[in-house]
Amino acid sequence: MPVYLDHAATTPISGPALAALIHELSRSGNPSSLHGSGRRARAVVEQARETLAAAAGAHPSEVIFTSGGTEADNLAVKGLFWARRAADPARTRILVSSVEHAAVQDTVAWLEKHEGAEVVWLPVDGDGVLRLDALKAELDGGAESVALVTVMWANNEVGTVQPIAGVTALAAGHGIPVHSDAVQAFGSIPVGFDSSGLAAMSVSGHKIGGPVGVGALLLGRAVKLVPVQHGGGQERDVRSGTLDTASIAAFAAAAQDAVGHLAAESARIAALRDALIAGVRATVPDAVLRGTDPGRNPAGRLPGNAHFTFPGCEGDSLLFLLDMAGVESSTGSACTAGVPRPSHVLLAMGLSEETARGAQRFSLGHTSVPVDVEKFIAALPDAYARARQAGMASHMSNIQTASTQR
Amino acid sequence: MRVLAAMSGGVDSAVAAARAVDAGHDVVGVHLALSRMPGTLRTGSRGCCTVEDSNDAWRACDKLGIPYYVWDFSERFKEDVVQDFIDEYAAGRTPNPCMRCNERIKFAALLEKALALGFDAVCTGHYAKVVDDGNGNKELHRAADWAKDQSYVLGVLTHEQLQHSMFPLADTPSKAEVRAEAERRGLSVAKKPDSHDICFIPDGDTAGWLAEKIEMSTGDIVDESGTKVGEHPGANAFTVGQRRGLKLGTPAADGKPRFVLEIRPKENKVVVGPQALLAVDEIRGIKLSWAGVPIPAAVPGPVAEPRSVVDPVGDEPVGHEPARTRADGTTCGSVSEEFDCYAQVRAHGDPVPARACVEVTADDDGGLREELLVTLIEPLRGVSPGQTVVLYQGTRVLGQATIDTARSLARPAL
Repeated sequence: MPVYLDHAATTPISGPALAALIHELSRSGNPSSLHGSGRRARAVVEQARETLAAAAGAHPSEVIFTSGGTEADNLAVKGLFWARRAADPARTRILVSSVEHAAVQDTVAWLEKHEGAEVVWLPVDGDGVLRLDALKAELDGGAESVALVTVMWANNEVGTVQPIAGVTALAAGHGIPVHSDAVQAFGSIPVGFDSSGLAAMSVSGHKIGGPVGVGALLLGRAVKLVPVQHGGGQERDVRSGTLDTASIAAFAAAAQDAVGHLAAESARIAALRDALIAGVRATVPDAVLRGTDPGRNPAGRLPGNAHFTFPGCEGDSLLFLLDMAGVESSTGSACTAGVPRPSHVLLAMGLSEETARGAQRFSLGHTSVPVDVEKFIAALPDAYARARQAGMASHMSNIQTASTQR
Repeated sequence: MRVLAAMSGGVDSAVAAARAVDAGHDVVGVHLALSRMPGTLRTGSRGCCTVEDSNDAWRACDKLGIPYYVWDFSERFKEDVVQDFIDEYAAGRTPNPCMRCNERIKFAALLEKALALGFDAVCTGHYAKVVDDGNGNKELHRAADWAKDQSYVLGVLTHEQLQHSMFPLADTPSKAEVRAEAERRGLSVAKKPDSHDICFIPDGDTAGWLAEKIEMSTGDIVDESGTKVGEHPGANAFTVGQRRGLKLGTPAADGKPRFVLEIRPKENKVVVGPQALLAVDEIRGIKLSWAGVPIPAAVPGPVAEPRSVVDPVGDEPVGHEPARTRADGTTCGSVSEEFDCYAQVRAHGDPVPARACVEVTADDDGGLREELLVTLIEPLRGVSPGQTVVLYQGTRVLGQATIDTARSLARPAL
């Protein structure tokens, strides 16, 4: 079995979630049907809604089940933008952090291109923390034109936890709704929707031990949203489509399990992560931890996240060599076509393209054990040495060939 | 051996990788991302670089049970191949981007990275053959199927590059055989069409693509005697041998069609003339390289005296070139023996009999360089500076050079 250090991408399904999934998959019934089978399925969905709401610190009626985090982000950002602009055509500005996941980043960019949205990318500091002063300046300078603010709860690449309370406090002063992508934070650190002051919050099943293909948007009861997807009017008429009873039940079971064990698990995982960071620093002193140093501010970083840049290496060389050595990691950036590009998160944090090319994310989760860290640290020095030797070959080549001669 | 199979997403590289696996090598598939915008680069057209191609390569690796990665070489490609292509055209030359990609990307940047990461060789689906001469020296030869032979575009590979190159399709009798084998192996790319065009020019409209990148300015079209016979919208849009689209005002004296004989970018002139003058029988090549160890006849011998320029009338030398000596003892003016060979100037052109020799000349920076002088026994038409001349003896590729000048001995220089 390889050492799996990519829990931020997806984490293995938890026992309770798998049990719930299998149990519900073997049964039938559309939760919208009015007969006995339908009522039974509906009861499962409503039970799951209550369970998830409790885990997320929300009211059950605030839970809109979706197909995952990406859909929740699309629904929140587009839906809020459209609803706010419809109510007041002057509200066309979106204030968004410059370190968002592609699900928010690309949605905002789409609104800019196709819906006339004016986008303000809010800067972050060197650790990737949103600059609240920049948000304040934008709000003070023209809050009446702002449709919404969207800032992720915690970053998927460098694990930096954002000052969500500060964001909502600033926006509340102007009555502006705030959305937060909490896909990485939920189940990993304490997240409470109702106490956060957020209008909308995205969560995902498979990042917390649930199945892939299910997620939810937590949406304040008074918040108006224009739907993206039309049909049978399920989920408060905001998200049409037959409810996926089995996945929803499994998602709720995973959420209950993750949040129920959060205090103990986050401490256990953070200790493993700290050992990993210490191991990397001991074996490759040149490696630089990116994001908030947990030694300085433990609450400023997700417990399972470690992220480094390795000078003189390309991230994909390191990923390849670790993969061949049985350690699964990530360059930490989006790669739909499998094409690694310098991370926009690292660039926003002020790193150069060249430094950003040497990025590698190691993320731990509920199945991680100390031997994983030990095996990784044992494999790292050789991988690093070789990757370093390969250097920036795909970036700049020193090989002499026919045309390089005079 | 640990083999890196470069997977374009086409049928040739998929079958080549399959054969490397069958031969017992430890194979990893790698697709080169050559554009930062893979989705838009060639949407709707054939060739490499699309997301679809990447997925095809991925599925082939799944089928073969080998790992698959995408490595980003977009920056190198942009600089070494695309920009070079633009620069060459801007300078009035006609480059071969596929050759440059082999030289600088597949068998340089990729090979360099592969070797550093612990691989022994890079495997591709090229139709060409690497042969060991028995002493550990590698030779490059034509593929068994001359119709598909790609030794020309690999002619730029040096001995070091050939030592780490693997072409499992070398002995395949035909492309049909490769497709049949892909079908048998259950590879989904078995019926995928061949790529033909330049991969970074989506619609195949090279002139239109270049027009956006190179500043064109109107200039004169002159005949072989230097007399103005018309105007052109930009010299770089023309290629040697071109007949159509000249829109000449003054007809030729003999009333016969005229062809582009030469592009002169510095003067922004296009030279036209009768078809007979298109025939080239002397080529001078620079940036030459040997595909393996050079044949002994091609090695310039040392000259006894440094070449001096002597006043043809008096006895006193009026100029004396500084005696520059290379590590191997050759000096400026050293010349190799003349050797018989065949010369080929385009990927799918026929080779013609020729004689060649290597001269050591002074370069602009006070150093020495080797130049290839090729005399064509059968003249060739439409030879343009920037193209590559590849020399063969039998099936063996001797080496190549970039054509610097190509002239007809029948036409006096302007």
